[in-house]
Amino acid sequence: MSEDIQTGLAEILEEVAGVAPADATPEKSFTEDLDVDSLSMVEIATAVEDKFGVAIPDDELGNIKTVGDAISFIQKNQG
Amino acid sequence: MTALQLPAGAPGARILGLGSYRPRRRVTNDELAQVMDTNDEWIQARVGIAERRWAEPDETLAEMSVAAGGKALAASGLDAAEVDLVLLATASPPSSIPGLAPQIAHRLGIPRPGAFDVNAGCAGWCYALSAAADAIRAGSARNALVIGGERLTDYTDLRDRSTAVIFADGAGAAVLSPSDSPGVGPVVWGSDGDQSTAIAIPDGEKVMSMAGQAVYRWATTRLTETLAEAMRRAGVGPDDIDVFAPHQANLRIIELMAKRLRLPERTVIARDVVRSGNTSSASVPLALSALLESGEAKSGDTALLLGYGAGLTFAGQVVVLP
Repeated sequence: MSEDIQTGLAEILEEVAGVAPADATPEKSFTEDLDVDSLSMVEIATAVEDKFGVAIPDDELGNIKTVGDAISFIQKNQG
Repeated sequence: MTALQLPAGAPGARILGLGSYRPRRRVTNDELAQVMDTNDEWIQARVGIAERRWAEPDETLAEMSVAAGGKALAASGLDAAEVDLVLLATASPPSSIPGLAPQIAHRLGIPRPGAFDVNAGCAGWCYALSAAADAIRAGSARNALVIGGERLTDYTDLRDRSTAVIFADGAGAAVLSPSDSPGVGPVVWGSDGDQSTAIAIPDGEKVMSMAGQAVYRWATTRLTETLAEAMRRAGVGPDDIDVFAPHQANLRIIELMAKRLRLPERTVIARDVVRSGNTSSASVPLALSALLESGEAKSGDTALLLGYGAGLTFAGQVVVLP
């Protein structure tokens, strides 16, 4: 399950921010390691909402700092 | 009950002429980097702005608006006396009393027109354009001058890198007249007042603050449908759009909107934000004037417009360029 989410998230990261899928591992920080800026984070959030059927409010977005944070957020809020 | 009489009005309204005023002082990203913790690369990557214009003390909102309005009048070929409605879209007046539209009209030699200011944030000019076109269609006005003017630097902390790199000054204007074939399409306008604090001068403060991520999300997800609806109501499709001129807030928003609308390769996309920054309600007429001056857009082109901003407010319409 979490592997499916990681793969789906990696696709979004590649599409929105040009991150190589191999780099999208759980310990990576979006801003520090993957060079994703705050506006790209918004695009990632909206793509995640569409793909995984979860809602990420703006105030939650600030708490999602790593790929792993995003995966656990999706797991917790999905279905 | 007495039946009231109504004027005949007009089948449609069209833009006869456009004009603009850009403040003299050009402020580059490098200049800003000297006074705040920012740099050219950071600014260009996030908002796409390379430089902006900041008004100097003598370039008041009224001065800039009169200059833009005068050029639009000259371009229209109309006499000032033929104009009977003047609207000023602005969110940054020097005072709330009186509105500026009457004195701008007076200085342009327009005798005793209906005149008022419109505050719909950065959507103001598109709101006012439609209000004026509808007034002409209904017969409430014959010819209208619609100005968008801003001195946002009066309401910006020029040392705050989250807003100072974005907001700027300027004015743009259009003259509207009756026409047999409509040159201003139906407006799709609305507001999301639940997000009233997203772009605001907070209570007790003097400068604007903006929730950048929230506004970016709203603009890139909620407004594509507005644009599609504006085309649908005007009876055109993406392939008919020669020019796409949305509010010049952020180059990334502009590019994303263009991509989501599936505009054809040949559509000219206004990117005036690169050299003008975000001039709020002045941005759409400034961008249209620049495209016509450079020859990238030409008379008779079909243009899709969209204003959006503080409120939050939005208004989109399809127009024919003069």
